[in-house]
Amino acid sequence: MAIQTPSFELGSPLVQPTAASASRGYWQSVARRLRRDPVTLICAGTLILIVAASLAAPWLGLADPYKTSMIRRLLPLGSPNYLLGTDELGRDMLARLIYGGRLSLFMGVTPVVCALLIGGLLGITAGFLGGRVNMLIMRVMDVFYAFPSVLLAISLSGAMGAGTENTLLSLTLVFIPPVCRVSESVTTQVRGFDFVDAARASGAGTLTIVRVHVLGNVLGPILVYATSLISVAIILAAGLSFLGLGVKPPEPEWGLMLNTLRQAIYVNPVLAALPGVMIFITSICFNLMSDGLRAAMDVKA
Amino acid sequence: MLLYALRRLIYLVPVAFGVSLLVFGLVHLAPGDPISAIVPPDAPKEVIDKLKEYYGFDKPLPVQYFRWLAVTLTGDFGTSIGTGRSVASEVSSAFGNTIILAIAATTLAFTLAVILGTAAAYAKSRIVDRLVTLISLIGVSVPHFWLAIVLVIIFAVEWGVLPPMGMGPENSTGWRLDRAHLAHMVLPTIALSVIPLGVVTRTVRSTIKETLSMEFVTALQAKGLSDRQILFHVLKNAAPTCLAVMGLQAGNLIGGSILIETVFAWPGTGFLLNSAIFRRDLPILQGTTLVLAGFFMLLNLTVDVIQTMVDPRIKRG
Repeated sequence: MAIQTPSFELGSPLVQPTAASASRGYWQSVARRLRRDPVTLICAGTLILIVAASLAAPWLGLADPYKTSMIRRLLPLGSPNYLLGTDELGRDMLARLIYGGRLSLFMGVTPVVCALLIGGLLGITAGFLGGRVNMLIMRVMDVFYAFPSVLLAISLSGAMGAGTENTLLSLTLVFIPPVCRVSESVTTQVRGFDFVDAARASGAGTLTIVRVHVLGNVLGPILVYATSLISVAIILAAGLSFLGLGVKPPEPEWGLMLNTLRQAIYVNPVLAALPGVMIFITSICFNLMSDGLRAAMDVKA
Repeated sequence: MLLYALRRLIYLVPVAFGVSLLVFGLVHLAPGDPISAIVPPDAPKEVIDKLKEYYGFDKPLPVQYFRWLAVTLTGDFGTSIGTGRSVASEVSSAFGNTIILAIAATTLAFTLAVILGTAAAYAKSRIVDRLVTLISLIGVSVPHFWLAIVLVIIFAVEWGVLPPMGMGPENSTGWRLDRAHLAHMVLPTIALSVIPLGVVTRTVRSTIKETLSMEFVTALQAKGLSDRQILFHVLKNAAPTCLAVMGLQAGNLIGGSILIETVFAWPGTGFLLNSAIFRRDLPILQGTTLVLAGFFMLLNLTVDVIQTMVDPRIKRG
């Protein structure tokens, strides 16, 4: 769970469409390359499966994920009626793992999306306007960069208190600076290209230039970066819940489940490790997706 | 060089000012006013007012901030609400324990990362390269607090070969270099090193690969240098990029060890921060955050300076 800020160099296909992609369009050629990449396809499939299962959880005929049972606590994997056993309060693990995906994914994806909107807007503004505005925005970001990301997330949520909203807020704050920095650097690069001058010379307004030329070129690198950030965000959100700073019990959430099941490591160790496996799989898939997208979009990081 | 270091140091001042504002603001992010954390809800109003006056919470925020800043700059971080001891002494003893663990983990991670990354970049067979890529992928994707639990399950619960938590034997008063204390370090060190291992391996591999394709390598080969001599040149060229990433990772490891320290009950800054949060001990929360952020800033500065020393091509204005 380490946020890295890559320095993106815009590859030539983004700027000057090559002969092959000019006829098809850039995004079409990206999609074509993605379809030929088995690893990315498998990861996308796995993620779709996890998301679909957690969304459709109420209709999958699962047990009630909140129903406790004092006589059926910590049943091992493969018990009759309880395929993945039961947790420390006798709740069905399979149901809780699948329902848990709802909050875990939501808490991982939402901060990145919010940071993408806010940080992207700030970064593009800073990069496009330059000068004092750039100075002001980027120096404020430097303050956030003075904190190790995990420390910032934990101190903010720690001060604000546990709860889903506070976790979302603090994670968003953690992800705004890196997104802002990446979009600023890409925008500054784009602004220096001749086609922006050409567009301006032919009468395009600032908004048109931002929409067509800046956004068109910034979107790719930012998307690649955001996909890898989701992986970090899911681990970080689970980590906060693991510390008791995120989701509150009895909600099913993978990080919180890892925490409450820690007391069971002497009784049923495999069971205690299960929620972490879900976090691990999801996070690996997002990382591999990011690599695949980067290759398909030909973004150099 | 000295001038550059000095300029960077001066540049840190506004950032440090911002950091202090943010850390000061932490207390005011807390729900309710800061006093309500330490007094029972049914305390008489006079007591609350008196406490507010004592802590200076009755003054306007800017006044409070500058008073806090002035006191903090003298090294006085206040008094812990939980233990009544000075925050500075609590944080400094915990910081030492965190550093011990961090040195062990960074040494392990960076040594392995350089070896694996270099091997992968040089590897003729795809299997070695794939394997190293897989290791670094696992490193960046694994929830390290989960890995910590899995390590405890395997080595402490199932096999019983290593202690599951603590910094040393129960009667231990502080860290010493002996068998028992080292045994307590093994699992936290491994758990803490996975993320930097993954990130740095990735960087070393790609940087060396890139360097190997540069023209000067061909020139050196043509001159008849041995592979080992060429490797030296390649490593020297790849070093600045790798150093930058390593510095950032080392800082993140120290700031981010809270989850690992919590799993292993390692009495470092992370453990302190975690218990402070649950006791609503805001002075400790502030003090620890400030010290760790300050350390992180100085570390980044050091890395920047070292980078310019290693690579004279980097000219910084």
